[in-house]
Amino acid sequence: MDSTPIEEVERRGPQALWPRRSPQAREEGTRGALIAAGSTVAVFGFILWVVLTSEAWPKVQRQFFSWFHFKESFPDVASGFWLDIKMFAVAEVLILVIALAVAMIRALRGPAFLPLRIIVVTYIDLIRGIPILLLILLMGFGIPSLALPGVPRSPLFWGVAALVISYSAYTAEVYRAGIESVHESQRMSARSIGLTQGQALRQVIVPQAIRNVIPALLNGFVSLQKDVALVFVLGVREGLREADIYNARTFNYTSYIAAAVLFLLVSVPVARFTDWYTERDRRRKQAMSS
Amino acid sequence: MSLKLAIRNVTKSFDGKMVLRDVDLDVRSHEAVCLIGSSGSGKSTLLKCINLLVPIDSGEIVLDGVDIAARGVNPNQVRQNIGIVFQAFNLFPHMNVIDNITLGPRKVHGVNRDEAEERARSLLAGFDLIDKAEAYPGLLSGGEQQRVAIVRALASDPELMLLDEVTSALDPELVAEVLNVIRDLKKGGMTMIIATHEMGFARDVADKVCFLDDGVILEQAPPQDLFNNPQQPRTQQFLQRIIEAGRL
Repeated sequence: MDSTPIEEVERRGPQALWPRRSPQAREEGTRGALIAAGSTVAVFGFILWVVLTSEAWPKVQRQFFSWFHFKESFPDVASGFWLDIKMFAVAEVLILVIALAVAMIRALRGPAFLPLRIIVVTYIDLIRGIPILLLILLMGFGIPSLALPGVPRSPLFWGVAALVISYSAYTAEVYRAGIESVHESQRMSARSIGLTQGQALRQVIVPQAIRNVIPALLNGFVSLQKDVALVFVLGVREGLREADIYNARTFNYTSYIAAAVLFLLVSVPVARFTDWYTERDRRRKQAMSS
Repeated sequence: MSLKLAIRNVTKSFDGKMVLRDVDLDVRSHEAVCLIGSSGSGKSTLLKCINLLVPIDSGEIVLDGVDIAARGVNPNQVRQNIGIVFQAFNLFPHMNVIDNITLGPRKVHGVNRDEAEERARSLLAGFDLIDKAEAYPGLLSGGEQQRVAIVRALASDPELMLLDEVTSALDPELVAEVLNVIRDLKKGGMTMIIATHEMGFARDVADKVCFLDDGVILEQAPPQDLFNNPQQPRTQQFLQRIIEAGRL
C-alpha cells in the first residue's frame, strides 16, 4: 500500500473503507446478473408458452381476459370501487380509534376496573369467534328489518358498522401486543413521577406501543381494504357488486378481473410500503442499540 | 433535625417468599441513609415500597407524620413528594430530555409548558446537561442518561429522594459523574435513601448505613462504626468479601 487509509477515504470517499472488489468478483457479479435474467426469462417464458398454446386458452381468454368486456364493465366497476375506497377510509379511522380505546381499557389494572375489563374481553372473544360475513348479514339485514325509529336503515351503514366492530376486536389485540411489549419498568417509571394509570398509558406506554405495532397495523389495512367488498352481500353497489351485475348480464367473467385489478392497484403498494417501513424500522432499532 | 420518614414493622412477601421482615428505619431531614447488602437482600423492594410502587403487606410508612401506606391515601400525591431513580435509568425513549423532565410537572402539577421548560433548563444547566436538552435518551451515554433521570426526579421538588443502585448499570468510568451529582444533592440538604454497592461512596456521603440481609435490617450505624467495627457476624462476613473484592 502506498497510501494510508485516511488518504484513501479523502480520495475515494467512504467506500474506501470497504474492501475494493477484485476484477474477478466484479466479473462474477455481472455473470450472476446475466444468469438471473436468463433463468427468469426462460422460466416465465415457458409458463406463458404453455398457457397461451394450450387448447383451452382461447376460451379462457374470451371468458376472463376479454378486452372488450374489460372496457365495457370498467366504468361501473371503477365507480363502485370508489365506494369501496370510501368505506375503507371511514372504517379504518374508526377502527384505529375504537381498537385503541378497547386495548387501553383491557390494559387497566386494579380491581375497580374489573367490570370494564370483563366487557372488553367478552367483546373481543365473541367477535373474533364469529365469521365476519355472518356479522355483516346479521347486522346489515337484521337491524334495518327491526325498523326502529331513529335507527339508520341503510345496509351500507350497517355493513360498514359490522366491519368496524369486527376489525376493532382484532386490531385491539394488535395494540395489546404492543402495550405488552413495552417493558414494565416504563410503567413503573411513569407512575413514580406521579402520573395516574391513565396518564402513564397515554403519555408513556401507548406512544411506544404504537410504534412497535405499526407494521401489524399496516397489515390490517391491506386486509380491510379487500374485506370491504364483503358488503356486496347486502346489495351495496360497490366494486364487486358492479362486477357481479355485469357478469349476471353477460355471463362473462372479465368484470371480476377488472375488480381484481383495482383491488390489486391499492393493496400491492400498501403491502410493499409495509415491508419497506418494517425493514427501515428494524435497521433504525439496530443502529440505536449498537 | 426532625424526623422525615419513619418505617415501622414493614413486611412484604412475593408469592409467599418474605422479602422484607419487620423493617424499622428512621430517616431525619437532610440525612443521607445508605442501604447496603447483597443482591436480593431487599434494598430495592424497600425503596419501591416507600414510594408505593410496591404495596406493603403490613406495617407503617410515616412521611412527615402521615402514614402513607394507610388506606385512602392517594399514591399519586405521595409520589409527588418522593423522587426515585432506578438502576436502569428508565427514561422515556420516545421523548427528548426536556419532555422527559417536564412531563411530571406538566401533567401532575399542571405547570404550563413554558414555565416547566424554563425550570427544567435551569436544572439541566446546574447539572452540566444543558446542551443535551433536545437530545433523545438513546443518543446519550449511560452517565448522562442517569443524570437526566436524577433531574427528572428532582423536577417536582421532592422532599425525599430514593436512589436504587443508580450506578450499577454504568461503565466504570461513568460512575464518578453520577456519584458527584449525588454528593451535590447531599450538600444541598436533600434527604436521601440510597441503595448502593459503592462502599467507598457510602462511607463518604452517608450519615447512616444500614446493612440488609434476607429482608432484615441487621445493623444500622454511622458509616465509620459500621465499616470499621461491624457488630453482626453476617455484616463482618459481607464486608470481608467486599474488601477481598477490592471494593472498600
